[in-house]
Formats: sequence, structure tokens, C-alpha cells
Amino acid sequence: MITTDEITEIRWHARGGQGAVTAAKMLAEMSLVKDMFFQAFPEYGPERMGAPIQCFNRLSKHKISTYCGVNYPQIVVVVDHTLLEVVDITTGLPEDGIVLINSHENPSETRKRINLEGRKLYTIDATNISMESLGRFMPNIPMLGALLSITELLSKEEAAGYLKESFEKKFPQKVVDSNITALERAFEEVKGE
Amino acid sequence: MSWDISKIDEWHWKEHPTGIAIKDPGNSRQVKTGGWRSLRPIHDKEKCNNCFICFVFCPEGCISFSNDEFAGVDYDYCKGCGICAKECPVDAFEMISEIEAQSKEK
Amino acid sequence: MAVINSKTVAIVGNEAVAEAMRQINPDVVAAYPITPQTDIVQAFSAIAADGLVDTELVNVESEHSAMSACIGAASSGARVMTATCSQGLGLMWELLYIASGLRLPMVMPNVNRSLSAPINIHCDHSDSMGARDSGWIQLFSENAQEAYDNIIQAVRISEHPDVYLPVMVLMDGFIISHAVDRVDLIDDEKVKNFVGERNAPFTMLDPNNPVCVGPFVHSYYFEFKRQQEEAMANALPVIKNVSDEFEKISGRTYGLFETLGMEDAEFAVIAQGSGAGTIRHQVECLRSNGIRAGMIKLRSFRPFPAEELIKALSGVKTVAVFDRSTTFAGGMGGPVFNELRSSFYEQEAKPLMVNYVYGLGGRDLSVELVKKAMEEILEMNSSGKAEQKINYLGLRE
Repeated sequence: MITTDEITEIRWHARGGQGAVTAAKMLAEMSLVKDMFFQAFPEYGPERMGAPIQCFNRLSKHKISTYCGVNYPQIVVVVDHTLLEVVDITTGLPEDGIVLINSHENPSETRKRINLEGRKLYTIDATNISMESLGRFMPNIPMLGALLSITELLSKEEAAGYLKESFEKKFPQKVVDSNITALERAFEEVKGE
Repeated sequence: MSWDISKIDEWHWKEHPTGIAIKDPGNSRQVKTGGWRSLRPIHDKEKCNNCFICFVFCPEGCISFSNDEFAGVDYDYCKGCGICAKECPVDAFEMISEIEAQSKEK
Repeated sequence: MAVINSKTVAIVGNEAVAEAMRQINPDVVAAYPITPQTDIVQAFSAIAADGLVDTELVNVESEHSAMSACIGAASSGARVMTATCSQGLGLMWELLYIASGLRLPMVMPNVNRSLSAPINIHCDHSDSMGARDSGWIQLFSENAQEAYDNIIQAVRISEHPDVYLPVMVLMDGFIISHAVDRVDLIDDEKVKNFVGERNAPFTMLDPNNPVCVGPFVHSYYFEFKRQQEEAMANALPVIKNVSDEFEKISGRTYGLFETLGMEDAEFAVIAQGSGAGTIRHQVECLRSNGIRAGMIKLRSFRPFPAEELIKALSGVKTVAVFDRSTTFAGGMGGPVFNELRSSFYEQEAKPLMVNYVYGLGGRDLSVELVKKAMEEILEMNSSGKAEQKINYLGLRE
């Protein structure tokens, strides 16, 4: 989907400690694989475990020269569905924007529950995937996988290859493998309407 | 000594070395601080025990010894601070008026 | 842009600076951490601990000590770097003048952050602008790439025999220091050859050539200060020449400032730092709609390239200066505005000049705000009148 010459702007909603900032940074690194230009930055300030946070990406085929905050994202990623009751995730999101939510529900169920009008909605049960493959609640990698899948920025194989190379430098093989499983499952299990 | 600083106060701004670094060592010899003196130390060879204490304490390094014996004060640089007289354990220095000393020399 | 470089990476601005420091391999780094500069010191400490550099890393207890140690090391002949921002730069204050007065080559990234009070950790240019008369060269960086490139060039500028002045490399706190950006790194060997051997006006640890540094000077202090002014003026061509040489190893060139559309612009905007990027985006939009807008991104604020700026702005009717700090002169606007306006005093044809003070304490310079300002500037340009000379962009009023 990221094929236009325009800049694609993404806003991540999460809670401190869920790895959203890391995921945004990894998205930036992955877009380098495609020789794209990118930015990844958090909403600066004190970060507290569990408090609502935001972070942002800009992706483009051309050099990016805007360095301000992202006010009108085309894509919103909600890493923790409990935030839906706390934050207005649609702020600045246009009618044809995309929402990706970590939820065990189908997109139609979620749409009804949160009264979302217009926009394309995707859901992925990142919580369950992370519990099953990593054994703990760390939804960032499956969320990243789902985002890559719907944006078609990287193929499943490219994304897995990148993750392998990047994680093998830092983590034991078991952790690398379980994260790749989580990423690949997200590619397959994301649902949209 | 290659660097004549006698007229440094008249130098054009371009003549000064970069960074206020004095690259020619020992030019303090060109500044004869003896002219600052209002009291002059006079050494008494009879009282002196050649203990070197004045040599150690003199802040200008103007007291010299030769063959372990007191050899004199360099009045070109002695500022007349009186530290030698104050520190001397046998009171071998007497501080006298510089004007008086100069008039005696004439 | 030709890709001459071997390695393109995704890193934050602070990591880019630390990477440049690794490649420069300075003899001594004495630094104290302060948000948002901390990552530079942290990353470089890791590099030093891993033995990737030969640097003597001095962990000091304050910025005052950091700069003191740098002055001592630079006097002894070492290639020296440090890094700071905001209150840290404030604590270095008296030493800044000693480093420049002793004409010590030195490179210091300053990650621009506002000054207290009220306490704030976000970006504005108040910290480095306060040091604008301290005799340091000041180069602004728009993004992580420029911060990296400026650090490498700063070594050569600082150590040039016509200059011998310390250099501050500025980059916007958080916006650049903490954002992942695409950076083309230059090969280690190329950087090594580019910076070359350390060059300095004197060294205190050479027994064959002893020097006395920093004596009490009353009667010719004035003459030394005049020399510093000359050195700063000399830096103008040196910055350009170093940029030309840098282009050969990087494919990127900078000069004293960057221009866009100035050949046919009717009005121009001047800005520095990351704000210039957001403004450029809008100027490009205007130009694609047939509006003759232009912009200048000021890279060298010290020395201030007054003559070159006047020349570049000679064809425009209106100039809008964006300042990310103010002078507290009682409504006179920001420092860049004041200096540029003063530069035009001798000129017969003076453009209409307005000032936009923006972004204090990290207030975002959004695309919408830039658009709003551009509309106002367009209006001023067509009417030839400015209702308000000093404008506070993004202020709640």
C-alpha cells in the first residue's frame, strides 16, 4: 500500500512498557531494507510503565523534510485495546484512514463496539499470539507483523529475515525463533473490513 | 633570547601570538621587578648559618648560594617582600629603607 | 544525490553524533550527561569501553569540570571533544570564553534545549543563542545526517590555522536527537584521512618548545580580542572550503547556508535547525503552485555571513525570519532577526522584514502553523506592509 510518492504517517497508541516505541523504530529500520526514507519518534516526555503513550512514523520513497509532530496520520495502530475507552484514537484520522487494533474480536464486532465510522479497520489478536509464542504479554512484534502485512511494506519472508538478522545479535535463539513465529502468525491472522 | 617584549604595550594587534601563548621561555628576566622595592634585605654573614631557608622561601628566586654558602641577593629582581627576613631562624636579614640604602650607595 | 557512501543506517541523531566521534577518534573526551544529550555520552562511553577508540574518557562531575578538562587537554595538544545542552551549557559559561580566548580547537555538539525556568527539557535555541558572543563558531544542523556531517567538518574548521576557534555543532533536542532518521555514514578510513592529524596553535607538553598559556594580560587584552574577531571572520571562507572538500568524500555540500528558489523568489523565509525542514516542505508546495517563494536555511550563525545573506536576499521584497529563541530586549524579536536586520542598515534597498518567534520550550512547529505564517507573509508581500513586525507563532493568544 505504501507505493505513493506521498509521505505515509502512522500513529501508535500503547501503554508504557508494551514495546510500541521499539516497534516504531523497527518499522523505520525495516523500511530501509526497501531503500525508503523514514522517521520514528516517540511523544517526548516522562515515560511511565502502563501510562498511555504515543509514538510516530513517517515513511516515504523520497527524502522527508518535515520534522514536526504527526497530527493527521493515515494509519493508527492501537497496541492495547483498553486504550479505546481512554483515548480518541481517530483524532486527525481522515475518512479513508486505516485503523489496526489489537483485539480478539472480528473487525465488525470491534467497529460496532467503538462506534467507528468510515475508515478501514483491521484487528489482530496480538495479545494471544504473544502469550502463545513468547509466553508473555509483549504485543509489539505481532502488531508490527500485522502492520507490515496490511501496508505490504515488506513480505512475510523479508520481515522474518530482517528480524532474524537483527535479533540474533542480541538475543538467544529461542527468543529469536518465538518472535519470528509471532511475526509470521500476525501476517496470516490479521483480519480487515 | 629572541623575543623582545620591551615594547609589547605598543604592538599592533596582529603582532601578538595566537592564543596569548608565550612561546619564548624566560622572558620574565626582561621585567626587572627590583624597582618595586621599598624595603631592602641586608644580609649579615656573621649571623648566617647557611641553612638555605631563605633560598627556599624567596618567591622570586633571587637568593643564591655557592658551595653551600650564602652568595647574595639579586637586587635586580628582589621586590623587598621581607619573607627572607621573616623566615630566617637566626635573624640574619635586616629590612632597611630602600631610599636610605640608595642614598648611601651614591 | 549520488550514493558514494558504503553504509546507510537507521539511527537517532545522538547515535549519529557518537558515530562521528568514534570515527574522529579524539584523544580526550570529557563530558557530563544531560537530557537530551545523554545518549551521546552514553553511546560514546560504550564505544570507548569496547576499545574501539583510543580516547581518554574523563568522567567529570559537572559541565564546568567537563569544559575545564577539555581546555587543559586541548592546551596540552590533544584533540578534544565534549557534548552538552541547556543548563549544562549554562554551567560551562565562563569556560566557553576561556576555550575561545586561548584559541583552542575543540568540537562540542550542543543538543538544543530550552533554559529553565520554568523547567522544560524540550527544544529551543535559547541555550546556544545565549553563547553567541562567547567566541565559538556555531553551526546548525537540520537533521541527524547534518549533525553527523557537521561534527566531522567541525574538526577541520576548528583546527584551521586561520581560525583556531572552538566549534559548537547544534542540533534540535528530541526532534533530531531522539528521532530515528536515515543517515549515510562515511567509511572510517575516509573520515580518518579527512580530519587528519591534529593541528593546534601550541602544545604545552612539548619540552623542546615550552610555552606559557593564559598569563594575566591587562595592557594588550584588547588586541587579543581583536584577533578573535579576525579569526571568526576568517572562518567564513574556511567553512566554505571545508564543505567543498567534504563534498568529495560524501557527495553532500553545505556552505554557509542553503538556498531554495532564491533565484526568482519574491519573498523569502529564513530558518535554522529542524524547523527549516518543515518550512522547506511548505516553500516547495508554494513553488509547485506557481508562487515565487524562497528560503534560506542558515547553517553558520557564528560567524554570521552578513554579506553573503544580503547578496542572496537582494531580489526579494519581503523577508520573514524564524527564530526559535528570543532576546528579551523588550519586544525586539529573536537574535537572527536582529542581526539580519542590522546587516541591511547600510543597504539602500531594504526588504520588508518580519520576525516569527516560534517553538519555545518544544512547542511544535506544525505544518499548519507554517502554512498560517506563509499566508500572512504572502499577504504582507502583496500589500508591502506588516501589521505586526514581531509575531509569536503558535502562541496561545
